[in-house]
Amino acid sequence: MKRGKVSILEHELVPAHEIIADEELNVLLNKYKIKKEQLPKIKSSDPVSKEIKAEEGDVVKIRRSSRTAGSVLSYRLVVK
Amino acid sequence: MRTKKIKGLKFGLLSPKEIRKMSAAKVITADTYGEDGFPIEMGLVNQRLGVIDPGLRCKTCGGRMGECPGHFGHIELAAPVMHIGYVKLIYRILNATCRKCGRVLLDEGERKQFLEEIERYRERQEDIGTVVKLIFNEAAKKEVCMYCGEYFSIAAEGLEEDMSTGAVSNKLKKRLEEAGFSISKKALLKKDMDNKCLFSWRDALDNDGEQLRKFLMDDFGITWAKNATITKIQKERRISVSDGKKSVEITITAKKDRITIELGDEVSYELPVKKALGKLNIYNYKWEIEDGEKVYILKRVAEMLNIYCGERVRRIKYEKPTTYKEIDEEGNERRLMPTDVRERLERIPDEDTAYLGMDSKSARPEWMVLTVLPVPPVTARPSITLESGQRSEDDLTHKLVDIIRINQRFMENRDAGAPQLIIEDLWELLQYHVSTYFDNDVAGVPPARHRSGRPLKTMAQRLKGKEGRFRGSLSGKRVNFSARTVISPDPDIDIGEVGVPEDIAKELTITVNVTERNRKLLSDAVQRGKNHPGANYVRRADGKKVKVTDINYETLAEELDVGWKVERHLVDGDLVLFNRQPSLHRLSIMAHYVRVMPGKTFRLNPSVCPPYNADYDGDEMNMHVLQTEEARAEAKILMAVQRNIISPRFGRPIIGGLHDYITGIFLLTQGVKNFEKEAVLDILDNVDVDDLGEPAGTYTSSVYEEIPYWTNKQIFSLILPKDLDLQFRATVCEKCIEKGLTCEKEKCPHEAYVLIKGGKLISGVIDEAAVGSFKGRIIDRIFRHYGEVPAKEFIRDVSRLAINYILQSGFSFGISDEDIPKEGKEQIREEAVREAEKNVDLLIRAYEAEELEALPGRTVEESLELLIMQNLGRARDEAGHIAEKYLGIENPGVLMAKSGARGSMLNLTQMAACVGQQSVRGERIRRGYQQRTLPHFRPGDRSADARGFVRASFKDGLSPTEYFFHAVGGREALVDTAVRTSQSGYFQRRLINALQDLEVKYDGTVRETRDTVVQFKYGEDGVDPSKTEGGKVVDIDEIIREEIEESA
Repeated sequence: MKRGKVSILEHELVPAHEIIADEELNVLLNKYKIKKEQLPKIKSSDPVSKEIKAEEGDVVKIRRSSRTAGSVLSYRLVVK
Repeated sequence: MRTKKIKGLKFGLLSPKEIRKMSAAKVITADTYGEDGFPIEMGLVNQRLGVIDPGLRCKTCGGRMGECPGHFGHIELAAPVMHIGYVKLIYRILNATCRKCGRVLLDEGERKQFLEEIERYRERQEDIGTVVKLIFNEAAKKEVCMYCGEYFSIAAEGLEEDMSTGAVSNKLKKRLEEAGFSISKKALLKKDMDNKCLFSWRDALDNDGEQLRKFLMDDFGITWAKNATITKIQKERRISVSDGKKSVEITITAKKDRITIELGDEVSYELPVKKALGKLNIYNYKWEIEDGEKVYILKRVAEMLNIYCGERVRRIKYEKPTTYKEIDEEGNERRLMPTDVRERLERIPDEDTAYLGMDSKSARPEWMVLTVLPVPPVTARPSITLESGQRSEDDLTHKLVDIIRINQRFMENRDAGAPQLIIEDLWELLQYHVSTYFDNDVAGVPPARHRSGRPLKTMAQRLKGKEGRFRGSLSGKRVNFSARTVISPDPDIDIGEVGVPEDIAKELTITVNVTERNRKLLSDAVQRGKNHPGANYVRRADGKKVKVTDINYETLAEELDVGWKVERHLVDGDLVLFNRQPSLHRLSIMAHYVRVMPGKTFRLNPSVCPPYNADYDGDEMNMHVLQTEEARAEAKILMAVQRNIISPRFGRPIIGGLHDYITGIFLLTQGVKNFEKEAVLDILDNVDVDDLGEPAGTYTSSVYEEIPYWTNKQIFSLILPKDLDLQFRATVCEKCIEKGLTCEKEKCPHEAYVLIKGGKLISGVIDEAAVGSFKGRIIDRIFRHYGEVPAKEFIRDVSRLAINYILQSGFSFGISDEDIPKEGKEQIREEAVREAEKNVDLLIRAYEAEELEALPGRTVEESLELLIMQNLGRARDEAGHIAEKYLGIENPGVLMAKSGARGSMLNLTQMAACVGQQSVRGERIRRGYQQRTLPHFRPGDRSADARGFVRASFKDGLSPTEYFFHAVGGREALVDTAVRTSQSGYFQRRLINALQDLEVKYDGTVRETRDTVVQFKYGEDGVDPSKTEGGKVVDIDEIIREEIEESA
């Protein structure tokens, strides 16, 4: 990031996003017995998607803090 | 029954062809019934459109009334009119299509892009409306049609100087001619700023230089820039870009309206500039050559000049409700008649309709302009015969009469060659009637009225709103087997019961199949007929329904046989659903067991008020009688009151003792009280206890008899499960730990530490925290460890125990209970009120002397107000504390407040000591006259009493000014609650609409109807709050305590 700009990923309100590998994706899809399309979505134009260079078809793992469960994993399919 | 699955629903428009095809009759006569009282042929109540009179037969299908569903007819409109429901869409379509060729104004690239976008949305099953909206916006921006004109490009090089406004230069002319275009001498060149931003300096640096790379590649042809990164930024306008091998330095200098971009040392590029807010945005220029009829639009894209030439798009103006105007180049307006509009819509090619979000097979755009009007069947608009024998037609029929009448007049006038002005007037009138026929509530159209002045209820009015077809008839219907009346309390019935008036029990029935086993029983019921535990109807084995009357009841009772059905009255023990609106949570509908009683009200145990949020100030509730075994089973298992003692909202009992019950049980368990056997039995009257256990000790009476006695805590322990272990702090707890003191536990002077061991109350007093609704620790524990029936029984027993005791001990509260001795009053006035008022005066004086220091982030004035509020707030609290000292726990008011039965210490403070500061919007009262609240004060007076401080207590009585301020503050509270309830109700409705289809699946995920995951684990932790204690997954303190005890 140039000119002293801060990555949005470092903001406290932005949870950690991470593109997951195919193996992990398969484990996930088998666990819930779902297809990729049944995951929640995130736009590829989403500031975070751009930041982590997620492209259409990728699945993003999001770890966010939760009031009820401490920390929670969520997955989103990147769409255009 | 075979079930079929709906695969999809398709909505479309009726084409004129379809309307004619489905029509059973053409309607041309505006009349309904003839003089003979029979429907007129070709009329609106045509016998071919269905029958509503008994005895007549339908001329289309031959069916009688009730058999014939009715058939559509049609009216041939003399001239096309707009469909009022589609005027907005027509307007947008007109603006997005070419007036000549009818094509959607998107170039090939845009078409491809949007088609892909639509496909993507379809795949995701999302609403394509958002894309269509974008298309309309994009298409409406176009100025020249790219389909009925031409498009070409020439090299832009060397044309810069020639592109200034004025005559077309020879050089440009030559270029254009080379490309095959002849430009006349009159042609004019105009320069315009394109609204498309070519390059924004800020954006260019964003995204790690993504835009900049694109800019360099597309506009400067630097192909290696694809992998380049920004390596250096010097100041604002010098950046270096490199891909590792090659690098280039970009310098940007701005001068007036131009900007020079230098790339390295070689290339320099000049562009017009728009500077805004420090942003450096580069816009492209756009040129227009006007040459008589022809228009050329020139746009520069990098080194090329793209030229569009062809039909210039004319803007369409829409005037409410149904007029469109076209604006030509000179700004002249021309009205487009519905015929013109229809012609234009007809020109839109089938393949272009997809971009408009339409499917030409089921909805051609021109079908939105009506040429034929369907006439709904008479069965959909039945007339009613009044007592006088006169017929009163439906509003829709009235409207159709109007339409036909004007339609006929229009035709006659046109055929007679009437002047255009008259024709246009009639056209307008026809449009009005057709518009109001569809929707009589359009902005800009005066609603059509009945002779009486009542607005007509036409198509849209039948569907719209709360009483419309959707919300009124389809989503919500009136139901049978239900009753509604006022509720009143009955503490003697079980919490799972409802007292039903006999009148209601005789009206509502349950259908029972007669079997060998119940024949005698049901026969007896039929024998009794309409006398209470009787029956209203029987259904014979052949399915014939017979009413049980005074005449036939004996024969029916005798004939009753297996295979018959009896509709018997409601009796004790039947299961019904009980409901109070607003049904905000699932506990608003619970299953109760019937208890038939005399009287006219539903009777409800006061302990079940909290889940329904009911009271007895006139509340009404509804009852629904379950009709099938399945329904009864489901209700019994899922909806029974005892099942729902624990709220799914916060995981604590929502049903429990309230008010007097808490006072009673508090009085019973407080301190040490001993009771002889007789007194104990009195207290235990009607309570499910059959063994008193060993007495705590014996008295020696005056005649030296040993009289056994039991303690109050022993009596309470009798209704506890034998092995219950529990400890918690009661509502009376003074929160010593929070104050930094140590908790004395069993030796607590307030008896706030409740310890139950082996089903025995060892220490502590029972109050709201133990048995109250919303808290109820003991109920909670019993429900979870012993089940719902013991919990229900505990609530019942604790209520009876409390009532029996309070009945015996007596309890009252009156005005004199707020009396504080003279020295107490004095102390409140001196130490609390006067002290605070003195402080306030000091603050005001400091403020006026400009000595007051402002608090961080506030003005001096705000600081003053804040400090005054603090002081006065403290004054009231102080007054309360002093009052509390004089009113001990033996005071009934204090007792109720501290035990959580009713009221708060604040209420008591206000009654006994000082009402305190009144506020509006969290500030002291300021409104009224200029600079003052009332004429009783001097302007600018900021003292406590001039700004709404009420130093009196309610008991003392308020002074006139105090009374006024109190009313001012009270008004705000009133308004707030009124506003909040309506707002929160609407929020609730929206929330329910959004969430109603979500479902927690067996794998713990929350999914919507397409099976898409919404939450991977319900509530993120997968916890059902109703299975937790107070919403916590595990009570760690409790587990540790148990562990310690076990190991000890």
